[in-house]
Amino acid sequence: MDAAVNVTAVRRKRKKVSAGMAVIYAILIFWAVLTVFPFVWVVLNSFKPSAEVLRSSFALPQEWSLMNYENAFTKLNVLNAYKNSFLISGCVTIGVMFLSALMAFGMTRYRFRGKELIRSLIVASLMFPAFATIIPVYKMIIEWGILGTKTAVILPQIAGNLSFAVIVMIGFMQSIPLEMEEAAYMEGANVFQVFGGIVVPLCRPSLATVAIFSFLWSYNDLFVQKIMIAGHKQNYPVCTLLEEISSQYGTDFGLMAASVTIIVIPVMIVYVLLQKNIIKGLTAGAVKG
Amino acid sequence: MLYKKKWPLLLFLVPGLLFLLVFLYIPFVENIKNSFYEMSAVVRMPGQDWKFIGLENYKRLLTDMDVRSALTNTLKMMILTVIFEVGIAFVLAVMVSQIKRFQQFFRTVYFFPVVISATAIGLLFKLFYNYNGGMLNQILEHFGKEPVLWLGPDLAFVMICIPTLWSYIGFYFVILLTGLSDIPDDIYEAASIDGCSKFKQVFYITLPSLKPVFFTSVTLAVTGALKVFDLPWVLAPNGAPQGLTHFLGTYMYQTAYGLNNYDYASTQALLIVVLGIVVSKGVGAFTADREETGTGKRRRVKRREAA
Repeated sequence: MDAAVNVTAVRRKRKKVSAGMAVIYAILIFWAVLTVFPFVWVVLNSFKPSAEVLRSSFALPQEWSLMNYENAFTKLNVLNAYKNSFLISGCVTIGVMFLSALMAFGMTRYRFRGKELIRSLIVASLMFPAFATIIPVYKMIIEWGILGTKTAVILPQIAGNLSFAVIVMIGFMQSIPLEMEEAAYMEGANVFQVFGGIVVPLCRPSLATVAIFSFLWSYNDLFVQKIMIAGHKQNYPVCTLLEEISSQYGTDFGLMAASVTIIVIPVMIVYVLLQKNIIKGLTAGAVKG
Repeated sequence: MLYKKKWPLLLFLVPGLLFLLVFLYIPFVENIKNSFYEMSAVVRMPGQDWKFIGLENYKRLLTDMDVRSALTNTLKMMILTVIFEVGIAFVLAVMVSQIKRFQQFFRTVYFFPVVISATAIGLLFKLFYNYNGGMLNQILEHFGKEPVLWLGPDLAFVMICIPTLWSYIGFYFVILLTGLSDIPDDIYEAASIDGCSKFKQVFYITLPSLKPVFFTSVTLAVTGALKVFDLPWVLAPNGAPQGLTHFLGTYMYQTAYGLNNYDYASTQALLIVVLGIVVSKGVGAFTADREETGTGKRRRVKRREAA
């Protein structure tokens, strides 16, 4: 009899648990819908003429028209903005990877006076928001005569991502044991060969992290782009172009929906392909406030 | 042996340090200096002197009503990020950690808005909020209600907060979920054998063990709120309507690049820096304090025992 009671108790418990699970799944799915819905909505509406967006933005398009996309590509030169963004963010990424690997190598492999000072300077610079340096940097960029060029965005963005990248790289390089480097030295390799041939290849995972957050931060950072490119339309990266669309073509709903879609879709594809690395890269980037 | 020779060190450190020096440290100091001067333009023309005005800008900062409203908005945003971003993220993380299947799916979906630029999200929500046929007003119309001015004086602040908060929940969700998965399973097993319900487990096991992760998330959320710029700027440029939706960042931008008052903008930028330091120290002190009183008590007990 005892056994029978036990069985029903277990059964009841399991039933209760699965009911709880159903609620949990329902809430999680609800939130997932809430997260995805705006993007689905905008993609659907990008295939409708503006008038139809205004009338019935929830229905599927009556007929799938590519007119908004034609407009976006001819009126707005989206392709050029893409090219600019990739050039700018690509250079920022390479610059940050290169400089941070060098600095972290110096900081972890050498003992020297002032090391602690440099380390605390690097940590302190994490507390500098872009707002606190932008005006003097802007002045400098004007004095150098490069305001409005891509370089004017690239240089401050490299500096802005560098200190955090160095911290990530130091953390990783410290964990690499020195034996291999010493063995290579015995074989006659010099410091630069050790750095390029052994340490950098071993650092690939953390370099990937650095690359991901530098690229995305640079790509998404409207503030610096807006100030440094100001008015030079041929050099507009994606975010600056989007902002201009919103202030100039704010009434053309179809065009706006298409522009958002054009900007979001490539990021989405890359995200789906590399999601694990991206999530890891950006949350490792979490310590940067 | 390999690293005995010091000269290569220069090649490793100098390029990066030069970058930091030229684009961070020197500008940072110069920005402080600028806040004490009256700058006629960003670039000083030869023969033109900037007038030293001492604390003039700081006095103005204290009495400026627009700064006050921008500061209030920023502080409100900080509180909201802690409650809604970290709060919702925590609830979702606990739920996802309970389920066995589709964990990866929810992670991917919830994190997605984080990678999308705030500018694109701003534009997207602009389409929702538009008075003439925006999505929200279409819904109202469908139910026979009057359309609402979503970005008008009453609602604008809330309407800017919603996408700002929504888009970053996934970020804290992933951080907290990672923290949750680091808590060993046997603690939960022991607790449930002792008859501790799932709900109680959250309070007595999950929350205390997650404290360091919470600390990181709250610090990030709060300092992140301080840097909000892109989204409010796209949704409501220049703090529209009537400067009501300014945050410290957007107001600083407008002061510098809209009104060309660079010295006053430098002062505002310093306010952001100081606030950032105060707030992150504050969060740190709040969590460290409790731990210390804990150890303090223990120490006191020990001392009493010794006596």
